Amino acid sequence: MIIWAEAQSRGKMVSICFYFQVHQPFRLRKYSVFEIGQHKNYFNEQKNREILEKVASKCYIPANNLILELIRKTDGKFKVSYSITGMLLEQLKEYSPEVIDSFKELAATGSVEFLNETYHHSLAFLYSREEFIEQVALHRKEIGRLFNQKPKVFRNTELIYNNELAKLIEKMGYSGILAEGADNVLGWRSPNFVYNPVNSKIKLLLKNYKLSDDIAFRFSEKSWSEFPLTVPKYSQWINAVNGNGNTVNLFMDYETFGEHQWEDKGIFEFLRHLPEELLRHPDNNFATPSEIISKNKPVGELDIPNLVSWADVERDLSAWIGNKMQQQAIKEVYALENDVKSSGDKQIIEEWRKLQTSDHFYYMCTKWFNDGDVHKYFNPYDSPYESFITFMNIINDFKMKVKGM
Amino acid sequence: MKVLMFGWEFPPISSGGLGTACYGLTKALSRKGTDITFVLPYSSDQINADFAKFVSSSKIKIKKIKSIISPYMTSSSYSAERMKNPKKAIYGKTLFEEVYRYTISAEQIADEEEFDVVHCHDWMTFGAGIAASKRKNKPLVVHVHSTEFDRTGGNGINDYVYNLEKAGMQKADRIVAVSNYTKNMIVNHYGISQDKIDIVYNGVEDEFCCPENNFEIKKGCKVVLFLGRITLQKGPDYFIYAASRVLEKEKNVRFIVAGTGDMEPFIIEKAAEMGIADKVLFAGFLNKEDTMRAYKMADVYVMPSVSEPFGITALESVKNETPAIISNQSGVSEVLHHCLKVDFWDVNELSNKIISLLRYDALGSCIKENSSFEVSKINWDAAADKCLAVYDNLGRGAEQR
Repeated sequence: MIIWAEAQSRGKMVSICFYFQVHQPFRLRKYSVFEIGQHKNYFNEQKNREILEKVASKCYIPANNLILELIRKTDGKFKVSYSITGMLLEQLKEYSPEVIDSFKELAATGSVEFLNETYHHSLAFLYSREEFIEQVALHRKEIGRLFNQKPKVFRNTELIYNNELAKLIEKMGYSGILAEGADNVLGWRSPNFVYNPVNSKIKLLLKNYKLSDDIAFRFSEKSWSEFPLTVPKYSQWINAVNGNGNTVNLFMDYETFGEHQWEDKGIFEFLRHLPEELLRHPDNNFATPSEIISKNKPVGELDIPNLVSWADVERDLSAWIGNKMQQQAIKEVYALENDVKSSGDKQIIEEWRKLQTSDHFYYMCTKWFNDGDVHKYFNPYDSPYESFITFMNIINDFKMKVKGM
Repeated sequence: MKVLMFGWEFPPISSGGLGTACYGLTKALSRKGTDITFVLPYSSDQINADFAKFVSSSKIKIKKIKSIISPYMTSSSYSAERMKNPKKAIYGKTLFEEVYRYTISAEQIADEEEFDVVHCHDWMTFGAGIAASKRKNKPLVVHVHSTEFDRTGGNGINDYVYNLEKAGMQKADRIVAVSNYTKNMIVNHYGISQDKIDIVYNGVEDEFCCPENNFEIKKGCKVVLFLGRITLQKGPDYFIYAASRVLEKEKNVRFIVAGTGDMEPFIIEKAAEMGIADKVLFAGFLNKEDTMRAYKMADVYVMPSVSEPFGITALESVKNETPAIISNQSGVSEVLHHCLKVDFWDVNELSNKIISLLRYDALGSCIKENSSFEVSKINWDAAADKCLAVYDNLGRGAEQR
């Protein structure tokens, strides 16, 4: 209760912290058992290009333009942060370089922070520390090169987090890390404060999943009792945090804008008017993760020994490694680490890393595949079984390639 | 509710899914308190022992007509059968005459029986159904388990059969289709309004499961199974082509073909021609116990049907914990998601999937786990409930009239 009272005294100003995850995987081409040993291309260039061009025109370009406009209109008071994966950056360079230019323009405003993650959007933290550290370094280097920023804050793939990760990230020199504000880790505590992981100095920012998901998942949901979500209504909910918190962390996929929630449902109009409305309240402001971390003292320690993620109601890893296919597939990938790295072959190393992208394992998830339900997430396969077959055929071809067969 | 049902096969005198479906549905309807008189063409006194017990203790009455028709006979195979039957003198000259005989006996049965609705199963019974319905002025439900287009693959449609199917569909108050796939057939090929058609998916019996788990054949090799009539409709040729493709990559595999049919000689010759005769075993027609054993010993069940109105065998394989690869051109693919699916003509993809199941253990075990759960919800009780709803709506329609 001491923590609570103390927090309240400090909770006068509320900072709204937007973080957008921006990612597209290199989807795989259907690969038959009969192609094992033929070393054909693993990636579906046509499909990847089509999807990228579609998402760029529906989301990345209009959303970037709007955010740039809002930053200018508010004289830089509107602020956001991004984590853009190396997988997406590579595809943007190839298929839609104007999006990279537009992110550069955003970076130059000073109101946009870029976060660090694994370059390949992988689950490497769970399987190989060495590989994890290398991928984080690759991403850090690329963000520095493109946007001239040295990230201070880290977010792991799918917001996968535990004490051990926090320790490692602290050791790697970061001052902040993001995680899901899951009920089972927070208990009675609020996600609207800054915390420390147990026995650690790094600062922990937690997603306010309710207010984040109101936009990311429920915005167009007609059966939702709060539908339609208007700017004044949403602003009231944020204002209500005043006196009860220092920060409202709104973490979501960038594709929320225009791709998951469609333009004709008003998602861009919502974003367009939100900053103005929120800034009308004198105690509100926008801040980036680094600013939140430097402005706010931690209110307590959070002990999170078990892995949490931002996925599904379970908030665990079952979406990626919950079934036997997923476990077999990912084990096969990491079993090749030594052979791949000692080959010294850049292309082989790069292909191996692209096969680590978490999406490949997500497509194999059978949790939602009942009653003909279409995956909540865009899935290029007809079934989780198809995705497993293709992945295993590719891994078996790749194994032969690594061994020079 | 009293139902007068016209069928044409019942286990064990059955050669396909129709007998299985009538048996499962009738039992479930009876458990729900429906009185059923089930009319069968008579060819033998054999009757499933389980069912006989069930019949004697429930509200089902079996009535037989003296005839030797069986559902998948062509007119020529009928003639052959007739020559074997010592009592041939009392039967008509052709299959179609038999159908006619079955039809005219329906009026007499209608006079003898009390019923609220007539429910008939597939074309050979449609004439009888129409006659009985007319005789007592009771509503008619025709249940379409397959169409002439499925059985012939669209080539060589028999006009007599087609016309009889169409007449039944037109005269019926409601049509029951075993899948959306079949519903589309009825709409597209018979010009019937889709509003007149209800979909009732087939089920599978819970106890359809072999308790054994130790098979000699499994020592050192894996088993891929085809089980069904060896006819064009079931795609046995695609199975045998795939077998040859699979054997290029995996040597320790045996392919079992269980069933009989007019394409059997062709398939046997093909296997020999492709040099895989030693890897393909022909098991002939299997009784229920051996059918379950075949599913249980198999590592993969393949149903490559060219046109499959439903495909209960896919559910039967799941009941025996064997993952299924089924053709997209099937009704069962609308209810079974935890399986692998292919277009029947895509032999390479079928082979890819067979090999994947043989090689990647996790694939089969995930499919088994999830499909067992899924199939537990696809049962005859659910089908019976839907049929009862169809009957109820008929009643309501009649009152409004």
